[in-house]
Amino acid sequence: MNRDAVIAVNRFGLGAAPGELAAVTRDPRSWLLAQVRGPAPDYPQLASLAGSDELLKEFPRWLMKVRAERRGEMTPPMRGEVTPPMRGEAQAPMQERPQQGVEHSFGKHFFPIAAKEIGARFGVAATTPAPFHERLTWFWSNHFAVSADKPTVFAVAGAFEREAIRPNVNGRFVDLLLAATKHPAMILYLDNNLSVRPGFQPPQAAERANLPRATGLNENLAREILELHTLGVNGGYTQADVTTFARALTGWTVGGMSDTGFRFAPRRHEAGPKTILGRTYAQEGMAQGELILRDLAAHPATARHVATKLVRHFIADDPPPAAVERVARAFTDSGGELQVVYAALVGSPEAWAQPLPKLKQPIEFIASALRAVPPAREAKPEALFLALREMGQRPFFPPSPQGWPDTAAAWANADGLWKRIEWSTALAERVGTRVDPLAIAESTYGPALSEATRLAIMRAESKQQGLALALASPEFQRR
Amino acid sequence: MITRRDALKTFGVLPTLAAFPGLALAQGAPGERRLVFVFLRGGLDGLSAVPAYGDPDFARRRGELAVPAPGEPNGALKLDATFGLHPLLPEMHKLYAAGELAVLHAVASPYRDRSHFDAQNVLENGTAKPYGRDSGWLNVALAESAQRGGGVALGASVPLVLRGAAPVTSWSPSVMPSPDPDLLDRLGRLYRDDPLLAKPFTAAVETQALMEGQAMRDGGAGGRGAPVAALVQAAGRFLTQPDGPRVAAIDFGGWDTHANQAGDVGPLARNLRQLDRAMVQLKTALGPAWKHTAVLVVTEFGRTVAPNGSRGTDHGTAAAAFALGGAVRGGRVIAQWPGLSDRDLHEGRDLRATLDLRALFKAALAAQLGVSESALETKVFPDGRAVRPVEGLFA
Repeated sequence: MNRDAVIAVNRFGLGAAPGELAAVTRDPRSWLLAQVRGPAPDYPQLASLAGSDELLKEFPRWLMKVRAERRGEMTPPMRGEVTPPMRGEAQAPMQERPQQGVEHSFGKHFFPIAAKEIGARFGVAATTPAPFHERLTWFWSNHFAVSADKPTVFAVAGAFEREAIRPNVNGRFVDLLLAATKHPAMILYLDNNLSVRPGFQPPQAAERANLPRATGLNENLAREILELHTLGVNGGYTQADVTTFARALTGWTVGGMSDTGFRFAPRRHEAGPKTILGRTYAQEGMAQGELILRDLAAHPATARHVATKLVRHFIADDPPPAAVERVARAFTDSGGELQVVYAALVGSPEAWAQPLPKLKQPIEFIASALRAVPPAREAKPEALFLALREMGQRPFFPPSPQGWPDTAAAWANADGLWKRIEWSTALAERVGTRVDPLAIAESTYGPALSEATRLAIMRAESKQQGLALALASPEFQRR
Repeated sequence: MITRRDALKTFGVLPTLAAFPGLALAQGAPGERRLVFVFLRGGLDGLSAVPAYGDPDFARRRGELAVPAPGEPNGALKLDATFGLHPLLPEMHKLYAAGELAVLHAVASPYRDRSHFDAQNVLENGTAKPYGRDSGWLNVALAESAQRGGGVALGASVPLVLRGAAPVTSWSPSVMPSPDPDLLDRLGRLYRDDPLLAKPFTAAVETQALMEGQAMRDGGAGGRGAPVAALVQAAGRFLTQPDGPRVAAIDFGGWDTHANQAGDVGPLARNLRQLDRAMVQLKTALGPAWKHTAVLVVTEFGRTVAPNGSRGTDHGTAAAAFALGGAVRGGRVIAQWPGLSDRDLHEGRDLRATLDLRALFKAALAAQLGVSESALETKVFPDGRAVRPVEGLFA
């Protein structure tokens, strides 16, 4: 067990499963790079989940159900958007909660879908032999953040990761960008289904169905693509670029009940040439927006923006400039070929300089505990959801299009740490007698385990307390 | 009526005290004054929350999003001849009538672009630039204040505005059982020398002790069903502890209303209702301490004056803000109204900012935390020397 193996499994992976650290020791770098070559792993946990084409029907289905239940009441329950009961609170089955009409009904209808997604996602994380690939999946999901916080997105937030992100993690950035932008979850999350050319008249059916009426431009998606997904906020674009790009993206929308999913609607699209970042695009229809996205993907500001985020996520809160430079160059030189980008990241000496400089995010903390403590994998998705909510990171509910924060400053606080200690204690109470806590700590952190933590675990008054100490230790909060 | 402040003036005590920056100057013993910072993340539509129904361009510009004038169906709650409150803010309207709530309009931070994240960062870090500093102005002000007790963030994380060197804890309701003291004792030894986590660990243990028996496992009033309600009630509990914090920060997200924000359903309506209720709940939770409290309710930017193509609004510039509490001289609207005609708008689309939010923050920090003018100018808002505090807003 050498130090590089500790870094590989913790910093780039999801913490060690039993035996993993020893197996990786021979060649940690090759172990990492092998995970990002070739197609994405095929996970049985994901195979049984419904696709977004089917899941997109859930929102209208639920609306119809609510309408039927409430027929005769004076206020139509919904007009377009509602806030789900999940905003800040869970419809957890274990929790007593007064019936609150629409909110209650939403939770009852939708929480089972979220539970399946969460169960599958953590099932994969707990057992995957390719944890670096999984971390990258989470990284890109967060880069192209969509949130179940928006009711119309709720059912497809998990499908977004499975359909737009996973297949493209080892591919090219431009394909990831196109897939994310065209996924219905993104279109709905950033309101592009409501962005139409001037003068567009919605069909009568939409009016009757009480659907949100689109009468003009909505610049939400265009702005976030420029600011968050590609160039970055200082990437050199103007308000005029945002507006023009939004015009180019009019018509990028989603279908109805019979034909869910992304579609380009020519009637909603504003035709004509558009000039963005000094280049004029004369293409017709969807090709125009696609070409703009391709150019954005190849822009040097995008390379720098993505490189900075990758280095911050995997190496240090303050990204070392040399590493950013190296990764950005790999991005540009390879035309955004991501496995080349990852190789530059893994090949950065800064990544191997010291063990454990980053604080785990709550989802990483929980995943690493599930890997380290096999009996913990029995946890129900509802329980994982509740624990993560307490720790401030509900899975599939990033707080904004910017995604979850990625520095210790955002996560190293009293309440967050307390919730990790509470969760560790509760888990240890449940499964502590079935595992060897010292072996778990040693086979996760090897030489990076402090003497103080080793002694504390050895001297614990019970195996349960030993496991609680191991999981709540300062080491286990880091990667 | 002679206030304690007047009495102090009369007896010539004030100048002496004023020579010692950081001492509490006005009524209420030192340590009595409280400051609550509520951040409406996402960009509050100020023209919905505080419609300028008396502006001749208001109804035309706002189109279907225009809140009707007072007296009309679903009309605004009247503040003065120009402004009203959204009809879903009746409790805040009562506070206004009682002189405990002031409205500030056409306000913004120094940030003038339209990124949420940079705008929030500027509003919180206290400089004029995104990422200009990695601590927040409220924390810096705490460090410059003689106010003891530190600060508390209600929520699972500490917002940037309250991050920094001054001691800060955080708390949010838990459904999990508490660890036993022996385990905490053992863990304490492991965390003792941890450069990053020693402070949060100690703060967590102390905070739990403070809140013991008061945690909302029982679901308290509203419990999980009303997250903001739970947070303001917890804020009340912290702020009324004899040795507890006197500064609290509460995050309230979900104001980014790009679509369907009109009427009394939808995300804006829901948020406004929650905000309205939360302010009364905070008053109730603070009890007698309310009279020494100032609550600032602000957002990172306003939204476009005209509706977008989806009955919503896109990112804009100036917004409205609120100052409320017993320590506020309310019952008025503070605004240099820029108008809504074509030439008045910022970049042809947004409400122009005529008041820098730092003017509000400076006044609140001086009054509530006794932060000296020199500290405000050099440390708390290092790029804001030219911004004069709002005068006479805090009693």
